[in-house]
Amino acid sequence: MLHLRFLRLSAVAGLALLTILSLAASVRAAEVQKVLSPGGIEAWLIEDHGNPILAIEFAFSGGAALDPVGKEGLANMVSGLLDEGAGSYDSTAFRTALENNSISLSYSATKDTFSGSLRTLTRNREKAVELLRLSLTEPRFDAEPLERIKAQILTGIARREKDPDALAGRTLWQLLYPDHAYGRETSGTVDSIAAIDSEDLRAFVAERLNLKRLKIGVVGDITASELASLLDEAFGALPAAGDTTLVADVAPANLGETVVIDAPIPQSIVAFAQPGLKRDDPDYYVAYVVNHILGGGGFTSRLFAEVREKRGLAYSVYSYLLPLDHTALVYGGVATAGERVGDSLNLIRAEWERLAEEGPTAEELEAAKTYLTGSFPLRFSNSGRIAGMLLGMQIENLGIDYLERRNDYIDAVTLEDARRVARKLFDVKNLTVVVVGQPQNVVPTRAAPEEPPAGQPADTEGKTQG
Amino acid sequence: MRRFTLPLLFLPVLLALSVPAFARIFDPESFTLDNGLQVVVVNNARAPIVTHMLWYKVGAADEPVGKSGVAHFLEHLMFKGTDKLAPGEFSRIVAANGGSENAFTSWDYTGYYQTVAKDRLEIMMRHEADRMANLKLVDAIVLPERDVVLEERRSRTDNEPGGRLSEMARASLFLHHPYGTPIIGWPQEVSALTTQDAIDFYRQWYAPNNAVLVISGDVTAQEVKPLAESTYGLVPRRDVPDRVRPSEPPQTAPRRVSLESEQVRQPSLSIEYLAPSYNRSTDEFAQADPYALEILSELLGGASSSRLYQRLVVDQGLAAGAGSWYDASDYDLSSFGLYISPRPGVDVEIAEEALRAEIATLLEGGVTPQEVSDAKQRLTAAAIFARDDLSTAPRAIGQALVTGQTLDDIESWPERIEAVTPEQVEAAARAILKDNSSVTRLLLPKPTS
Repeated sequence: MLHLRFLRLSAVAGLALLTILSLAASVRAAEVQKVLSPGGIEAWLIEDHGNPILAIEFAFSGGAALDPVGKEGLANMVSGLLDEGAGSYDSTAFRTALENNSISLSYSATKDTFSGSLRTLTRNREKAVELLRLSLTEPRFDAEPLERIKAQILTGIARREKDPDALAGRTLWQLLYPDHAYGRETSGTVDSIAAIDSEDLRAFVAERLNLKRLKIGVVGDITASELASLLDEAFGALPAAGDTTLVADVAPANLGETVVIDAPIPQSIVAFAQPGLKRDDPDYYVAYVVNHILGGGGFTSRLFAEVREKRGLAYSVYSYLLPLDHTALVYGGVATAGERVGDSLNLIRAEWERLAEEGPTAEELEAAKTYLTGSFPLRFSNSGRIAGMLLGMQIENLGIDYLERRNDYIDAVTLEDARRVARKLFDVKNLTVVVVGQPQNVVPTRAAPEEPPAGQPADTEGKTQG
Repeated sequence: MRRFTLPLLFLPVLLALSVPAFARIFDPESFTLDNGLQVVVVNNARAPIVTHMLWYKVGAADEPVGKSGVAHFLEHLMFKGTDKLAPGEFSRIVAANGGSENAFTSWDYTGYYQTVAKDRLEIMMRHEADRMANLKLVDAIVLPERDVVLEERRSRTDNEPGGRLSEMARASLFLHHPYGTPIIGWPQEVSALTTQDAIDFYRQWYAPNNAVLVISGDVTAQEVKPLAESTYGLVPRRDVPDRVRPSEPPQTAPRRVSLESEQVRQPSLSIEYLAPSYNRSTDEFAQADPYALEILSELLGGASSSRLYQRLVVDQGLAAGAGSWYDASDYDLSSFGLYISPRPGVDVEIAEEALRAEIATLLEGGVTPQEVSDAKQRLTAAAIFARDDLSTAPRAIGQALVTGQTLDDIESWPERIEAVTPEQVEAAARAILKDNSSVTRLLLPKPTS
């Protein structure tokens, strides 16, 4: 058993992570090509013939936040069923065709996207493309897999019901977004799962899986012209457009509130957040560098030094920027024995304030920049990750030359910028805190929101995609 | 949605990557320094970076009685400075060089690694060699870190019903061998660990002749060798004790460990059997070839087209998930496990009966040649994907070498898998699937009064 000394808890999974990705100009074969198929489908490609492997990462804009009220969990359920039977293949035949050809195909839904991931050996590429096409355009939603995947989702919901980490996260999102789809669980509730039928699933596929919403990143053993025809084979049968509903922008609510949920556990789980900066904010990179100094990964942040290193209060303490399509947070967490929660939170608040008031030092800024620019090629660890970066660059409109420019954005951050943005962004009064456990010296300011939250209509304002 | 992650409830021993290492594919070069340090270099020029991973042949199973957790505690303390460096200084150097780093402890090994741009490799080697010999520990630094470890224990075990159950089940599976002791240690012993305990363990085991260095990335052995000689080469060899551990006695009764918790909303169950590893077997396991067990695990639970998922989840509709696990790269005996998570509304007793029926069917009816060849195909193809990820080679090679395997063993893996016959898979199943050497683990919701 690998027993890591430092565990970085991941938050809302998915493309949020891609927003911090970038690429060093020094990376070999990192020439990004824009490939346009005869049918007009675009993908970004890095050719790499080092291994006989192809990785495709693709995403349709719009995710679980568009789930209809009362049918929360729809996007997630579709993601579990597209690879469970399509075309002439029933579920078992489809899974067997994938596995016996060593093809990995999976789908997932986040709040903002519905994404797919394909890995295949070159020798099985044709079969992989066939299965990919069928899964997107002719999914079967047969009764057996539908029942089975529902059971798996319900098992997951039950497992998270009392899990302190899940409970803390869920409660914090409900507090921050009480009247918005972001406050609801991506996987839905027991009632909403029961309410979803195969008609809902088919409607989702018909309306949401279309070329207008699609972005594609590809890495591996394929040439641009081979990819051009592959794109039409895999995605060409998708409709050109569909439903154009958008999620409304939203600012987090209940700022500065503290909620305690009693649970008989020796270690309390703390999740906290305050408003953040969107990915396209001109100060995003400055905030990214500043947060790295406060609570970023590794063993060198201020929170790590104060809470863990000097006082041994916690094993894990961190903060990170969490920009979504329609809101943004600075999100963090700590876990510590009940009697030490008050001390830990006081320290975290003190660091929050100190950063806002004084900003980072010149040395800290330099060290953060050196780390963030120098660690950049480390992201190139496998084909799938790189394909994910190409996808993220398209989703976030970063430009095809972003990989060469990313480190310049980091290097351009001045001490003056860092101080200005630290003062503007970090506000301890806006820190919303949820504690699950039996913490000492923590004063709750309000009760926990009711679970599950009352189904509020997704506030869409009838916007359409231009 | 990921289907085959073992439920966290079982805190799988699976976190160790049982990725087959393909020397044929990784093509490692190896040399040994005069002081006994084995160095392995795997060239991978995908990006101008290197992973530098030092493995010590010592882990939690080598701790003195009464000092459980000291191997892992020392792993934490290795970041606390040397005669040359202040506490945390090495981490700051790694970060300043754009590197990522971490460390890990298991029962058989302790490892430290950094990933950096290739031109920073020498700096990493210099400091890693420095802390191999010159660690400096004082109470003021050590004691807060002991609190950190206790918080880590709370996160992994005390707060997690699955973690507590896992600890009890493992202690029941290994009656006498120290594999029954948790890596992180029993809490009353961890709380009492001292600076001197850590220093004693360090002095006893941390030596170049008791370590393996694996470097993978954009370098060659020719480039690495002079760097290794001028850094690690300066650390003197030291006598290290043999790894003598108590052996498991014959086990003569099945055990059943169950835990009820308010935090649990969905029951789950697993059955774990003692099994041989690549490195260790017994007379009882003479017919259980570890390569055959790897195939057995794959055909039972490696994929959704595998037997357990097809029959228990798809055909009978009893389970939300079902599968198996086996990792042959332990220094001493390993274990083979099967698990089932019943669907909501299905009694855990019914699920257990169905799982046991599958075991009986396997023992009576054996396996089909098709199942075996499908499993082989999936296992060997996985190796090509393993090569695609930069982190795979150092982990797979390091783990193999510190648990008694050789580079040749690693290199021969695909052939050995290919050579396994259906009869060998059946014989292996018969040899290990014995109630008397098993522990059944149940995680149950607490009935609300």
